[in-house]
Amino acid sequence: MSEYKVPTMAEMASAGESPEILFWVGCAGSFDDRYKNVTRAFIKILNKVGISFAVLGEEETCTGDPARRAGNEFLFQMQAVANIQTLNGYNVKKVVTACPHCFNTIKNEYPALGGNYEVMHHSSFLQQLINEGKVSLKGGGTFKGKKITYHDSCYLGRANNIYEAPRQVLEAIDAELVEMKRCRTKGFCCGAGGAQMFKDAEKGKKEVNIERTEEALNTGANTIAVACPFCMTMMSDGVKNKEKEAEVKVKDLAELIAESEGL
Amino acid sequence: MEYLQQILFLITLGIASFILYKRIARIRSNIMLGKDIDLNNHKSQRLNNMLLIAFGQKKMFKRPVPAFLHFLIYFGFLVINLEVLEFVIDGLTGHHRIFAPLLGGLYPVLMNIFEFLAVAVLISCVIFLIRRNVIKVKRFHAREMTSWPTLDANLILIIEIVLMLAILTMNASDQLLQLKNDHYPDTGHLFFSSFLIPLFDGMSEGTLVFIERFAWWFHIVGILGFAVYITFSKHLHIFLAFPNTYYGDVTPKGEMRNMDAVTNEVNMMLGIQTEQPAEAPAEIARFGAKDVNDLTWKNVMNAYACTECGRCTSECPANQTGKLLSPRKIMMDTRDRAEEVGKSLAKGGKGLEDGKSLLGDYITKEEINACTSCNACVEACPISINPLEIILEMRRYVAMEESGSPASWNSMFQNIETNFAPWKFAPTDRFKWAEEFKED
Ligand code: SF4
Ligand code: SF4
Repeated sequence: MSEYKVPTMAEMASAGESPEILFWVGCAGSFDDRYKNVTRAFIKILNKVGISFAVLGEEETCTGDPARRAGNEFLFQMQAVANIQTLNGYNVKKVVTACPHCFNTIKNEYPALGGNYEVMHHSSFLQQLINEGKVSLKGGGTFKGKKITYHDSCYLGRANNIYEAPRQVLEAIDAELVEMKRCRTKGFCCGAGGAQMFKDAEKGKKEVNIERTEEALNTGANTIAVACPFCMTMMSDGVKNKEKEAEVKVKDLAELIAESEGL
Repeated sequence: MEYLQQILFLITLGIASFILYKRIARIRSNIMLGKDIDLNNHKSQRLNNMLLIAFGQKKMFKRPVPAFLHFLIYFGFLVINLEVLEFVIDGLTGHHRIFAPLLGGLYPVLMNIFEFLAVAVLISCVIFLIRRNVIKVKRFHAREMTSWPTLDANLILIIEIVLMLAILTMNASDQLLQLKNDHYPDTGHLFFSSFLIPLFDGMSEGTLVFIERFAWWFHIVGILGFAVYITFSKHLHIFLAFPNTYYGDVTPKGEMRNMDAVTNEVNMMLGIQTEQPAEAPAEIARFGAKDVNDLTWKNVMNAYACTECGRCTSECPANQTGKLLSPRKIMMDTRDRAEEVGKSLAKGGKGLEDGKSLLGDYITKEEINACTSCNACVEACPISINPLEIILEMRRYVAMEESGSPASWNSMFQNIETNFAPWKFAPTDRFKWAEEFKED
């Protein structure tokens, strides 16, 4: 048996238990090969701090965010209502997710349809764990003094005013944070939001992710930190396009924490 | 003869007021083409937003240089309007500088402050003209900045310069007249306009009276004319910025407004009982927005408030990477369409039924499809305009009424419907990521 456990809500419920938090994995976290690693990193952290959590497993379905942004309100609401029924059925109180799109939708848009939960993005959650001393990072660890730049996800930053939590997480791993010219409220989209992830870009002179990757590479950082599965894909593609994958890594906050904790 | 000037002034004021009244009524009814939306919640937060963002110009200061110059013009405008009050009273009563004897020693101080602001406005306008036309700041030049928006912006600046020059001319000739005629109350030494005195020195009293009167009439008629002009111009923002920031969004930027009509249908389809009595929906509303009447009045008011400053567009990732989308154009198109419909309706024409629509004839699918919903435009707008909302409403129309979304979006929809994920993966594979933990 692995030292890490991934309990599901169904298992918990049949044991008559209810976890403190539900970890909402999201479609990218479940299916995207690269992002599954982030999911697993976060699971390791959850196990390490010993918090009681569960996932929905096969009972989870798309929040409906891409359908809604692309205009298909029917499909969105069908998804939302079904998910809310599942969540309410398990009497879920608190949801944590690594995907800013899931976060935004469950937090801001599910209440209108009867889904009221305390919703946290994993960046705020990790920051909280660090502040509480539950995640203790090895001083002078893997990232000490390394240059890291953070790419603001639109759905965390401008959409929900979360700018500092991810940065504080990066500070905690002792990295040297270098900001891109466009950051925080002026951050530049990776190009995937608003359902752009699921279609080719309109005709233009450049791809949005290339523009953003160039800006990230210009900082001289060898790690680009992201906090969103779409940003992860777009920035990784950009780095590949610039043939820099040997020197520059794109990593999620959860991976950085897990790595510097030696998990 | 004695009352001729007063009568003329009364007529002028009457005509200007009437035109203004008609114009305001028209704009109001154009805004009301939009659907009703209840924004009477969060009153104190809204008031706060208005005070900070419109009155306090908070968002302007993200770009300090234009913010400072803009502030001078804004502040000058507010204060110089006090002087207009004196103009109007003088004009109606036939007095000259009615406040001078009343305010005594304070009057010259006030006049000097006004002159200082007039000069500050003048200089700011000159710098703005240079920025637009000589330095050619990029955001003022784009596809949507066709001849009228460009001319409009320049005209506003030129009119303001000319109006300020009129004040200074009037004060200069007035100071000379004060030496010759008791009718002209003493204003004391006026710092800025006295630089112009040499131009008029040595002129006969008659000529000076003519110059003073000409400048007076020029200024007040200019102001009245300008007020009317504003209602056709992006300069309308000086008034609409206030209600616009008051009714601006108070919800998180990421939140899309729920479509309750859809909720009812979804609940019915899923057999979910709701607390609301099952009243028949009032009318079959269109899903999403095809034309101005499908937007809310707030969206249309946004369009009338837009300053065409292009801060939204200059931050837009789609626009910066060369796509057709420009959030400023979305707002300008919305206003142009509302004006077109309003004009047609006022003439008893077809209005909305003219065979045209906002989506299609003004805004193309290519534009709205390019939006990443990143909210950069919403964040950037100094007066809380939300171009994204209009874009998303149009996407709703295209997806739900036309089934006209891009093919890859349609397959994404299908994947969600059948696999419960936007990608074509089997739902039973959803938990496979955890196998590593389970197998060991
Ligand atoms: S939300 Fe859309 S229109 Fe606004 S800046 Fe982002 S991409 Fe451009
Ligand atoms: S929407 Fe706002 S930011 Fe964009 S041009 Fe209009 S006033 Fe400027």
